[in-house]
Amino acid sequence: MKHDKIERNLGILLVLTMVAISAGGLVEIVPLFFIKETVEKVEGVRPYKPLELRGRDIYIREGCYLCHSQMIRPFRDEALRYGHYSLAAESKYDHPFQWGSKRTGPDLARVGGKYSNDWQTQHLIAPRSLVPQSVMPNYPWLAKNDLDYSDIGLRLRALRKTGVPYSETQAEYDRNVEEFGADVAKYLHIPDAEKNLISQAQQGNYDTNPDKLTEMDALVAYLQMLGTLVDFKKYDDDYFVKFR
Amino acid sequence: MSQENTKGSGTAEQKPTFSQGGVPTTGHSWDGDIRELTNPLPRWWVWAFYITAIFTVVYWLFYPAWPVGSTFTKGVPGLNSITYTATQVDGTEVEKTTHWNMRSKFMVEMNELHAAQKQWFDKVAATPYDQIAQDAELMQFVTSAGKTLFSDNCAPCHQAGGQGVIGFAPNLTDDHWQYGGAYEQIEATIVHGRRGYMPAFKEIVSDEEIGQLANYVLSLSGEPHDAGSASSGAKLFQTNTAGCYACHGADAKGIEGIGSANLTDKIWLWANIPELNTPEEKLKVVKTIISGGLNRGVMPPWEDRLKPDQIKLLTVYVHQGLGGGK
Repeated sequence: MKHDKIERNLGILLVLTMVAISAGGLVEIVPLFFIKETVEKVEGVRPYKPLELRGRDIYIREGCYLCHSQMIRPFRDEALRYGHYSLAAESKYDHPFQWGSKRTGPDLARVGGKYSNDWQTQHLIAPRSLVPQSVMPNYPWLAKNDLDYSDIGLRLRALRKTGVPYSETQAEYDRNVEEFGADVAKYLHIPDAEKNLISQAQQGNYDTNPDKLTEMDALVAYLQMLGTLVDFKKYDDDYFVKFR
Repeated sequence: MSQENTKGSGTAEQKPTFSQGGVPTTGHSWDGDIRELTNPLPRWWVWAFYITAIFTVVYWLFYPAWPVGSTFTKGVPGLNSITYTATQVDGTEVEKTTHWNMRSKFMVEMNELHAAQKQWFDKVAATPYDQIAQDAELMQFVTSAGKTLFSDNCAPCHQAGGQGVIGFAPNLTDDHWQYGGAYEQIEATIVHGRRGYMPAFKEIVSDEEIGQLANYVLSLSGEPHDAGSASSGAKLFQTNTAGCYACHGADAKGIEGIGSANLTDKIWLWANIPELNTPEEKLKVVKTIISGGLNRGVMPPWEDRLKPDQIKLLTVYVHQGLGGGK
């Protein structure tokens, strides 16, 4: 083999490097765009409601993902502790997704409904007041900071650009009513985002302080819906096998 | 960059100096004396490389691998298949064989686990509550499996030993039960969860009256209080204006059906009275609760998270393992 020619000629080296990388990329990545089969056909998965989305942004802002993954793998020990393994469909509206294998804290993919709002709030303010052995930092400011929701419409619009079906027009709204039902579709309508965010926070009273709409409201609203969208009782144990 | 010998460096044209092992150089030289040997790759390394390449081909035969159109290769049929038993929505069990995949393997592993524990869980399910405690061998299983279930599901609120947190979640190890300590009541609590609620009284009675009620409540558990004020509070407690008796009972001992607190024992859940030193502080914290009410004490339901046999086992664990059951 004569490497000399390639190594001594920057132009050829550059072109051949790109060819090698592209070949790898084409083989590994491109087919994934065409494998619809791997995303499970499942009822109940919907985009985040405005308040939950704001909570998700705070989750990312505070770096929760550095210690918590949201992906339960199909292993026995994980199922026993966290619940049903995660589906690809359950994170299809996630941008960015919260998968991971680095866990300092427990996986949160199915934490929704496991604890009360009261617990989540107290635990976020002072984790060790409830879990003495915890190494999680305190996040007391979440309960003090007013939630800034002035740009919630823009946040939904940005996600809409990536393909998340938030509705801008009446036609899109009607399509969502058909796909998700009227109850969910109303929360996905961008013009009503602010109104919906406030009403969900008032009804849910997530931070157990009804007088104030805080960042805690948004984060707890998000945590309380994680992993709750799919009703696994509706599916045979082996229904999800055929997607793998 | 220069591949020419550097005659200007002061020495005569240099021969490769590192060829003593018979290893040739590339013929390049830098700065006149730096040369590059062309050692062949070590044999073991080259072979390891070939073996990994061969391994990938073997892997393709056994496991899902290559994407093809809208699907993917699933290995040679029959070579590495998995046979599993799955429960269908209607409760029937089916046995199926598929190509190797993690989700099928997971089902097989879960079934192995259930099979290993089956005899014990079946026994728990078949034995009436009061007889489980009599069976020492069965209780051994209940205690160890119950501890695991409790640690994961209950300990975040009720703490690892079930001792609870004052101001947050009740102690499960004492004899006092807000919603009842019989097996059936504990089971109902776990299955459906609980929601504590006490209305705020600041709009209903005057500030002075709240003080009287607070003194009465403190007197019930032998805490320092103003006797005169407490006796007015005792009367107010029974009137329809305040209506305290409706939830806490005329004897102030609470009603298990609605989970209202027994005010006559010395057990405090929401106000940490034993920790407070001065009578003023104690009065203040009780007044705060009467005036503002409580909308806390939510326990989530576990019926969707745990199976009925797990809930039964956990009930026995809370009743017997932690003690205090009735």
